[in-house]
Amino acid sequence: MPKKGKVEIKESWCKGCEICATFCPKKILGLRNDGKMEVKDPENCIACNQCVLRCPDYAIKVEVIENND
Amino acid sequence: MEMEKYFRVDKLPHIWCPGCGHGSVMMSIVKGIDKMGWDPEKVTVVSGIGCSSRAPGYMNFNTLHTVHGRPIAFATGIKLANPELHVIVITGDGDGAAIGGNHLIHACRRNIGINVVLFNNQIYGMTSGQYSPMTPEGSMATTSPYGNIEPPFDLCELTRSAGANFVARGTVYHLPKLDSYIEKAFGKEGFSYVEAISQCPTYYGRRNKMKTPLEMLEWQKKNSIDIKKARDLDSEQLKGKIITGIFAERDDEEYTARYDQLIKSVQGGKE
Repeated sequence: MPKKGKVEIKESWCKGCEICATFCPKKILGLRNDGKMEVKDPENCIACNQCVLRCPDYAIKVEVIENND
Repeated sequence: MEMEKYFRVDKLPHIWCPGCGHGSVMMSIVKGIDKMGWDPEKVTVVSGIGCSSRAPGYMNFNTLHTVHGRPIAFATGIKLANPELHVIVITGDGDGAAIGGNHLIHACRRNIGINVVLFNNQIYGMTSGQYSPMTPEGSMATTSPYGNIEPPFDLCELTRSAGANFVARGTVYHLPKLDSYIEKAFGKEGFSYVEAISQCPTYYGRRNKMKTPLEMLEWQKKNSIDIKKARDLDSEQLKGKIITGIFAERDDEEYTARYDQLIKSVQGGKE
């Protein structure tokens, strides 16, 4: 089973720059109307942590929820 | 990594614009400190003036936000008074290459144990986008509305020639490599200089056909050349390119150690 993750966005720190969405290989993140990022497709997170690495505002956390490797 | 251990989380989110690369470089420094296992009480972070220099305000160490261009002068005093401290200077291309350029070369010459990380966003961002000594030729800025006719400084070549023990350049796009350069710099005795190419979408990108942070990161990716490859290219082929990699790695004796020896010998070996 591949890794799965749960993305958590700290809205008060997010500035909606969309860097996380661009680097996400599964394209599960998107910009909301109020200028904050949201997880559009939580089921498809593979816990690669690219968004965590790339967010210049430290607003994203990813928790690994399943790993049967 | 525990955010609370290294950051003043009550001061976050930071002041930088959406998509600014400075947050990424600040995290890179903190990761380096974490990897070194340094006691935060033994780390001093010093900065000058500018967007980059706001960083120490968010960092949970001994911090000093000094005057424009002078962080290396303050850091020299700190290191000489307390050689056991790990002294890190955070500066920008305006602060470190223009008004503070002289302090930089002399600190290299002395090879004093200070780790300088220069956030190079190629513009004076805080004062709304005047060109700096590191703005690429041809770039638009508020003070160069028809394009900048000055060539930029190559501070990596300058600091290498001036005697720094470790010199490297990385970019925010190649973040894991930047992390490794900063970690290597922190592991060196003597002076180290790491230049981090950061993006300023607000005052550099917007005027130079890169309106979004993503276009700026793409520009870093497209224009970067590894130093090993760059050796085979001539100056015309390297024009406008970002040469990344390690420029110098030496183990020359550090200044405060030499100073200590001098005191001992002048006192005739007396304790």
